[in-house]
Amino acid sequence: MEAAAVPQELPPDCGVHELFGYVGIEAVLEQMKVKTMKMGFEFNIMVVGQSGLGKSTMVNTLFKSKVSRKASQPGQEERIPKTVQLQSVTHVIEEKGVKMKLTVTDTPGFGDQINNENCWDPIIKYINEQYERYLREEILITRKRKIPDSRVHGCVYFIPPTGHWLRPLDLEFMRRLSKIVNVVPVIAKADTLTLEEREEFKQRIQRDLKAHAISVYPQEDFDEDPDDRLLNDRIREKIPFAVVGADQEHQVNGKRVLGRKTKWGIIEVENPAHCEFPMLRDLLIRSHLQDLKDITHNVHYESYRVRRLNESNRPALSSNNGLPGRDEDGDESNL
Amino acid sequence: FSQVIQKDGLRSLPLSGHVGFDTLPDQLVNKSIKQGFCFNILCIGETGSGKSTLINSLFNTSFDDSMSTHFHPNVRLKAQRYELHESNVRLKLTVVSTVGFGDQINKEDSYQPIVDYIDAQFEAYLQEELKIKRSIFNYHDTRIHVCLYIISPTGHSLKTLDLLTMKSLDSKVNIIPLIGKADSISKTELQQFKRKLISELVSSGIHIYQFPTDDEVVSQINTIMNGHLPFAVVGSTEVVKIGNKMVKARQYPWGVVQVENENHCDFVKLREMLICTNMEDLIEQTHTRHYELYRRCRLQEMGFRDTDSENKPVSLQEAYEAKRRKFYLELQRREEETRQKFVQRVKEKEAVLKEAEQRIQAKFEHLMLMHQEEKQKLEKKRKALEEEIALFNMKKANAELLQTQPMVSTPVSLKRDKDRKK
Repeated sequence: MEAAAVPQELPPDCGVHELFGYVGIEAVLEQMKVKTMKMGFEFNIMVVGQSGLGKSTMVNTLFKSKVSRKASQPGQEERIPKTVQLQSVTHVIEEKGVKMKLTVTDTPGFGDQINNENCWDPIIKYINEQYERYLREEILITRKRKIPDSRVHGCVYFIPPTGHWLRPLDLEFMRRLSKIVNVVPVIAKADTLTLEEREEFKQRIQRDLKAHAISVYPQEDFDEDPDDRLLNDRIREKIPFAVVGADQEHQVNGKRVLGRKTKWGIIEVENPAHCEFPMLRDLLIRSHLQDLKDITHNVHYESYRVRRLNESNRPALSSNNGLPGRDEDGDESNL
Repeated sequence: FSQVIQKDGLRSLPLSGHVGFDTLPDQLVNKSIKQGFCFNILCIGETGSGKSTLINSLFNTSFDDSMSTHFHPNVRLKAQRYELHESNVRLKLTVVSTVGFGDQINKEDSYQPIVDYIDAQFEAYLQEELKIKRSIFNYHDTRIHVCLYIISPTGHSLKTLDLLTMKSLDSKVNIIPLIGKADSISKTELQQFKRKLISELVSSGIHIYQFPTDDEVVSQINTIMNGHLPFAVVGSTEVVKIGNKMVKARQYPWGVVQVENENHCDFVKLREMLICTNMEDLIEQTHTRHYELYRRCRLQEMGFRDTDSENKPVSLQEAYEAKRRKFYLELQRREEETRQKFVQRVKEKEAVLKEAEQRIQAKFEHLMLMHQEEKQKLEKKRKALEEEIALFNMKKANAELLQTQPMVSTPVSLKRDKDRKK
């Protein structure tokens, strides 16, 4: 039964009013900040790539602490598993009063077998499972005040630095996954490429991605306004970022920097001239973290929901055989 | 380094350098700035209690200047939407006021339109949320976030209408009671009045909105403000010169009531609490408490359950499927019904038309008959007339003949003959 008394006169915007004095509306921004700081943030990131590409090191460098699975299970022998496994590790990190619950999901075994067909299936299954979990919580009649969010907000895909083109495995994986999650491709262990090689490799990768219609993060379709587009275009030019990970500090010019020490020099991870790690970090954390979460929630989760709720469409209309009757009520509601 | 295990089983790690996610609240805020904020106020009060003036004073604009009449047959709601800008914040403000509240002779139905309106907004949001293909993130939120209830400054107690209305609304919306036109009450009377009102509200079990006191930043000021409820407000859009400043005030022969003077009325407190300190909390309470309650009741009404009779969680798919099937059957039934009705109507109409046709036919024949009769009569008349003419002509001819004959007899006898012949 619909409520009938909706006032008919809801005129369109009465126009923008200038205020003749201070009202205090902008205080709502402060209120919002305080509220979100109290609630804390959640962020779930997944790293995918063959073993030995430096995923765990990268994640540790990104969050400046030992968040990867290797660090949380010290002393375990590193063996290549027979099938792709997914391991999630959750930590709580805090910076300047902002608490973040960070979950890193690693995928050891990806692309490591002789026959790698369908090695992306467990990953896709995992991502969909998280969406399913959220959907179930959202559908409940009595829901929690804050639904726990375990959905993957960003998937960092590590491309081996061959310098040639994307391999079939890379293309297949990125094609499938960019439809359900934000994929951020990076060139791993980029210290094996010179700057020119790096540039060429990137161009080829970009062309490949475009040729196969793979849209990686930041997706062009979701640019909201011209400012966004400008900013994201600049980022899109540089995708995929060539990164180097390091968790040891060395002395350079009297400063302590994170880097890799080799016989021919020290590669400074945070030096933009050496590698693009700072850009990746800025993208993922400092500027687009909220955007990653928003796109996951507003686009990927919604399309999962649509698919899921449409699934039962086909059998329902054809057959009349009853499921165990659950509706004891006799209302006439319209869905 | 050591890992501290928090009470929820999660490890807490120290950072060895600046990562940068402390910008997260700012990222979130920037997103909100781009989207803009939505705030919807419902203002309930009798006609002439000062609603429009109060809104104008609160938001420093002149929204609507016309005074309302007292002769509305029932209570209506009038909604107006505005977009306010302050520095970089865009606020989409909707003010819904009651029109004709408390004016009728029989006020039994006065609060129903208000309840219906609030429910309708919840319903619209729920429908959007239940849709399969939905766009909830750019949905223009029309749910009422706060209800400013203006109590008349009688100085005695709450009216029955007030009690009834607030009781029916307190589980649906955040109510902030205000005393309108408070410049008609003296300070001591005001204290008594406030105490009486609060005790009446408490004893009737009406839940008014309490400013949140769990966050240390605002808890102190909120607790103080909670003690000042209901706020005694005075509104004014006219400015008066006090000293060397122009302030909003009402000028009386015996003095000037300054709206923004805390000694004169609680207007500043209201503005502080409503906008500066608790706007976000009001929006959140509406969404997490009132809307969830509405949603829960509505879904249960519709037949959804979280667990079925064996207490196992109901599969989402099955619930939707069952609902869909039921809906489809209902649809079919209604279609059939409508079709039957239609066929019936057509038959009836046909019968009516047939009957009319017959009547017309009968009339036609009758007319034809009459026409024939008339024609025959006319025919007869014509013949008679013709015979007369023929006779007359004959007579005329005979007469002419006689005239040409030699005149033997006297004219008198001729005349006699003529007469005889006539």
